Amino acid sequence: MANRPVAIRRALPGALAAACVAAFVASALGAVLWFAGGGGWPDAADWAALRFTVMQAGLSAVFSVTLAIPVARALARRSFPLRGALIVLLGAPFILPVIVAVMGLLTVFGRSGIVSDFLALLGLPKLSIYGLHGVLLAHVFLNLPLATRILLQGWQDIPAERFRLAATLGMGPAQIQRFLEWPMLRATAPAALLAVFGMCLNSFAVVLMLGGGPKSTTLELAIYQAFRFDFDLGRAATLAAIQALLVGGVVWIALRFTRLDGQGAGMDRPRHIWGAGSRWLRLQDTLLIVLAALFLLVPLGAVVLRGVVGLADVPPSVWGAFGASVSVALVSTVLAVVVSLWVAIAALRWGWTEVLATLGLSVSPLVLGTGLFLMVNPWINPARLAFAVTALVNAVMLIPFALRVIAPALRAIEADYGRQADILGLTGWARMRLLILPRARRGLGFAAGLAAAMSMGDLGVIALFADPHQATLPLQMYRLMGAYRMEAAAGAALILLGGSLALFWIFDRWGRGDAKA
Amino acid sequence: MKYLALASGLIAATAAVADTPVLTIYTYDSFISDWGPGPAVEKAFEAECACDLQFVGAGDGAALLGRLKLEGARTQADIVLGLDTTLTHDAIATGLFAPHSVSASYDLPVTWDDAYFVPYDWGYFAFVKNADQDGPSNFRELADSPLKIVIQDPRSSTPGLGLLMWVKAAYGDQAPAIWQGLADNIVTVTKGWSEAYGLFLEGEADMVLSYTTSPAYHLIAEQDDSKAAAAFDEGHYMQIEVAGKVAATDQPELADKFLAFMVSDAFQSIIPTTNWMYPAVIPADGLPKGFETLIHPAKSLIVPVDMADAVRAQALEEWLTALSQ
Repeated sequence: MANRPVAIRRALPGALAAACVAAFVASALGAVLWFAGGGGWPDAADWAALRFTVMQAGLSAVFSVTLAIPVARALARRSFPLRGALIVLLGAPFILPVIVAVMGLLTVFGRSGIVSDFLALLGLPKLSIYGLHGVLLAHVFLNLPLATRILLQGWQDIPAERFRLAATLGMGPAQIQRFLEWPMLRATAPAALLAVFGMCLNSFAVVLMLGGGPKSTTLELAIYQAFRFDFDLGRAATLAAIQALLVGGVVWIALRFTRLDGQGAGMDRPRHIWGAGSRWLRLQDTLLIVLAALFLLVPLGAVVLRGVVGLADVPPSVWGAFGASVSVALVSTVLAVVVSLWVAIAALRWGWTEVLATLGLSVSPLVLGTGLFLMVNPWINPARLAFAVTALVNAVMLIPFALRVIAPALRAIEADYGRQADILGLTGWARMRLLILPRARRGLGFAAGLAAAMSMGDLGVIALFADPHQATLPLQMYRLMGAYRMEAAAGAALILLGGSLALFWIFDRWGRGDAKA
Repeated sequence: MKYLALASGLIAATAAVADTPVLTIYTYDSFISDWGPGPAVEKAFEAECACDLQFVGAGDGAALLGRLKLEGARTQADIVLGLDTTLTHDAIATGLFAPHSVSASYDLPVTWDDAYFVPYDWGYFAFVKNADQDGPSNFRELADSPLKIVIQDPRSSTPGLGLLMWVKAAYGDQAPAIWQGLADNIVTVTKGWSEAYGLFLEGEADMVLSYTTSPAYHLIAEQDDSKAAAAFDEGHYMQIEVAGKVAATDQPELADKFLAFMVSDAFQSIIPTTNWMYPAVIPADGLPKGFETLIHPAKSLIVPVDMADAVRAQALEEWLTALSQ
């Protein structure tokens, strides 16, 4: 990670912030260990769970990103009506509470889903979604949009001049791929892989449900068992620590493999959809977009349909919960984006800051929540901190994602304009205001949208901090489900989906505001 | 002067609040949701106790006990409500609970003589199916049938653990063979009850592990009689939900008063249509209309409290082995 020299003074706030994030995670783990009076050692089943967790998360990441590359490229080089709306909508699956998303997926791929019904018409057996393939299908469904968006961001950050030059030089798609797209992917694909890997690591409800049973035991479930069954907090903490170390290692490796050449500066000319290419290429892109849209939007349509039906049953308390969730989301978004920007600057000098700030990705929600509870409980009634803790924990868990978007953007800015800014003596707030904020705006907007949407959907670690009088929307939705009120819960899910998408759209829109400048 | 009046009013109000004793009850989350018994119970008890009843929600029964263990004797809780008989032995072993002095004529299928915990409701685990579907009449028949079921993971869910105990109580040493037979009937295993029940309603399975009282919800709240529980002739496993007084409570009299209130009609009549379980003491008005349509298991199964720990560890081991192949 040979980086451009950045003054220590500039890198210090970010380094401190990253250290704070790491300290936050480490002290929660430490509190659990301290309470347990030491660590326990994982047994054979725990190691099997660890192997399975890493395997499924790794495969999910590879599949999601591999599929996202052609989809993002097709979206980048085609223009069609409602393209913007489609891109926002495609982002919906990963902001839904997983249970809602999976129910949507099952209306298509389930035992009584559309595909099975179709197979039955042909006299074929029903589709069975339950197994490793089901887990991967669900993870691709949930994360393809995330990966696509991160990569699409990369495509959009290639200056229009590069494509113009390529067109002038008579480059075909193959050469554009080699000289423009491949270097961009070297910078953004590891980020996308990491983000998806992180999402899938703690995904335990989906893995268990679609994995078909205990053979799909993930580390988080092993931690649940240690906590609920054996009350062996030492073992739970050790498992969480192993997972954190593992993720730290993976992040470090991914960053080593990220190429940071930058694309060279451009004049911010409006993008032409350059050389539409052959008819075959157009057909291929159209097909890809249609397939991706069908795959993502049909299950989503089922969620919306069911939600509309249930909307009438939604009790007023859901709207209160909606307000609470929006406030939490806004606070954690601001926190996550500001810290990520600082850390991204610090990472120009010290690569390890990015590794530290990413630790929130890896830690078991159950252990993190328990640790925080142990730290807070002797001093203050945890329920009084419900809002603050939720916002803080969400922020820590969102920083890794925001960072994946902001860090590459910032590296490109510094690579392209850093020397010039140094010569001009542009430092401090002026550099931030005149160079970084305007040029990183697209990335910041996207990161903020992502963070806000994910924070809305996140049920998080706050079970121990729950305020009996003010639930967040996902919690309220789960309560409805727990009280047999599945229709009302579907209505609440639709409200959650609408709210998350609206927040995402507002921030992302703000980011794209200067696209024509 | 206006400010003075306001200030003295505030002081008076604070004093009044400070004089009102607060009874803190830890319970599981669904008890205190808007649709659970919590709000009605709070209202009914506050009407007669001159106190402030505050519920604190914590996940489910197992999470509740976990929280108490984390807090130890410093806990704010005066009462813990929502443990069941698979957890009470473990709970008593913490030394955090005090014996109770409540006596009532319980309408439980078993005799109750626990010194620490008072039962407030109970139910039978059962597989719920569509009423027009023929149900199997025991686990062996289920294993031989092509029927598909969804169950919950015993490591993260109370009903999931209940099923484990059910099979173990009914079949003892033969439990592993039963599980091996059931393996191809199990569509999937979910984290909690909601996911499993949702899958069943979506048509992903023919039956779901729930309670014999589940059809009562659909019948009474939705006027829908399309759901029924399958009656198993080897008997159904019982879940008895209990509450206990925390030894370190600063409101011992109030806590005793609540436990006595808990087995009175005022509390018990709230339970059937909010918690969808059988009340521990059937109120004078009887059960709500619709409950008479539910199945009545011929045999009630339950593992004795003091053996629950050992049985559940062994049962989990067997379950994991049988289903991980």
